[in-house]
Amino acid sequence: MINSSLKQLASMLQAKKISSVELTQSFLTRITQYNPSINAYIALDEAKTLAQAKAADARIAAGNATALTGIPLAQKDIFCAQGWQTTCGSKMLANFIAPYDAHVITQFDQAGAVNLGKTNMDEFAMGSSNETSYFGGVKNPWSFDHVPGGSSGGSAAAVAARLCAAATGTDTGGSIRQPASLCGLTGLKPSYGVVSRYGMIAFASSLDQAGPMAKSAEDCALMMNVMAGFDERDSTSLQRDKEDYSRELNKPQTDQPLLGLKIGMPKEFFAEGLDANVAQVITAAIDVYKKLGAKIIDISLPNTGLSIPVYYVLAPAEASSNLSRYDGVRYGHRAAEYTDLNDMYNKSRAEGFGAEVKRRILIGTYVLSAGYYDAYYLKAQQIRRLIAQDFIEAFKQCDVIMGPAAPSTAFKAGEKVDDPVAMYLQDIYTISTNLAGLPGMSLPAGFAQAKDGPALPVGLQIIGNYFDEARMLNVAHQYQQVTDWHQQMPDLKRA
Amino acid sequence: MALSIEDIKKIAHLARIEVSESEATATLSKLTGILGLIEQMQAVDTTGIVPMSHAQELHQRLRDDVVTKTNQREAFQKNAPVLGNGSTQPAVAGGLYLVPKVIE
Repeated sequence: MINSSLKQLASMLQAKKISSVELTQSFLTRITQYNPSINAYIALDEAKTLAQAKAADARIAAGNATALTGIPLAQKDIFCAQGWQTTCGSKMLANFIAPYDAHVITQFDQAGAVNLGKTNMDEFAMGSSNETSYFGGVKNPWSFDHVPGGSSGGSAAAVAARLCAAATGTDTGGSIRQPASLCGLTGLKPSYGVVSRYGMIAFASSLDQAGPMAKSAEDCALMMNVMAGFDERDSTSLQRDKEDYSRELNKPQTDQPLLGLKIGMPKEFFAEGLDANVAQVITAAIDVYKKLGAKIIDISLPNTGLSIPVYYVLAPAEASSNLSRYDGVRYGHRAAEYTDLNDMYNKSRAEGFGAEVKRRILIGTYVLSAGYYDAYYLKAQQIRRLIAQDFIEAFKQCDVIMGPAAPSTAFKAGEKVDDPVAMYLQDIYTISTNLAGLPGMSLPAGFAQAKDGPALPVGLQIIGNYFDEARMLNVAHQYQQVTDWHQQMPDLKRA
Repeated sequence: MALSIEDIKKIAHLARIEVSESEATATLSKLTGILGLIEQMQAVDTTGIVPMSHAQELHQRLRDDVVTKTNQREAFQKNAPVLGNGSTQPAVAGGLYLVPKVIE
């Protein structure tokens, strides 16, 4: 049951083979058993969770269930959920109880989904290993010595360990796709503006986007049907018609379901820096796509390497502005002792933020400060356009782009924690899509031998054109019809 | 441009984050590494390229000029921090937030 798809769970619930309370309870039992070692969840509230499950059972009995009614999901702790501790992985918000719901939470509530709890994450979503969380690191369910990736590391570990049926994540530079890759799941970062950011704690507002993290593309499509849609409370939410993200998946099966699909392979994604074992897995996955009828086209995204320097100007600049709200006045941490107002600000922020968040605020403050704006911020915005134009050119030749989601399998906890630049390079293949605002996803494509031991999951990345999520999900789904990497589960007793 | 300890202290002051002498030293080495990465941008000729400030090239939507928010002061003030300086009370009084005296 814990490995069932959302569709299977929904049909079991609707056929009354199991109640939502029973299903929820079975996940809560697993959480009690495994969360103390994995640390995927920051906040659990069994009473609230079971109340939702009970309400879902009533709704199913009344005959007006939706595709997700009664299904237990995990929510990244970046989303405000009324009455829930909402920390964004920070000491700054350790005591913050959200007074309202994020749009994403409202959507899931209205669909009748059950909230199992709030998942661990890098502090304010700044990190690629979940090690910057004030609430401690998260174990990769495939190997407890290794990180789950980040920043949505708690959601990734929760899905991989089957401590929830599916989860939400957010992705500013790869925070859905890189942990999905490292934990062996399917994760989608939609086009910018497709999912409302209302009530989602801001990191870099021109890049932040929420999306699903689940076992399969089919599950991600069902999650997207709930999450996506116009919301007037987010000024960048797009006014588009409601879409059925499952629509491509349900077409009749043929031997070559992707006949005529043009897959672009950017040479920059296979250059120096990519682990050889990971490259092998990606090449094998591309071979499967050839058998499904796709045509492979060599393309170039020449400015890929610049995406990291550009991102580490723009994201910290936006973060330094967004995080100026944490001043110890109205909510969040306030220092215990202070002299005047400035001293209160200085001490509250020094105590409330962790080292990586402080570094990024300082970088952002520096690049925006008088005399440096043109050399850094403006320059980065100009190169951001070059990066976006690379994709526009590429999509003239192909329908989707494929490559690795991360340069290696999961690395060991502590390995990169003192070297921010090495950590930042984890996102070399994911950041450019955020800068361009394009959708990207990662799906399990196999396992590669890590240099220090076990075979760990590898994610294949699919990048699509703007608003092409339904096609991307089908491209992933067809692969998952002929492979079973997405169904493999870690052995938690051995990890 | 190489950063100095004095630069770090100035930036930290602008960002309102207190840094000790030892933190400033540690931060200097990390930030120097990150700025080294960022310097790669300077090799690109960007003459005439229009800056891209956002993923969407759209104008901001306008909404009707009507009140949409309700007063939730009491709910929001439940999250007020502890006053500090010896008091364990929330930093609120009479619906206002308490901060150190700003105007003499």
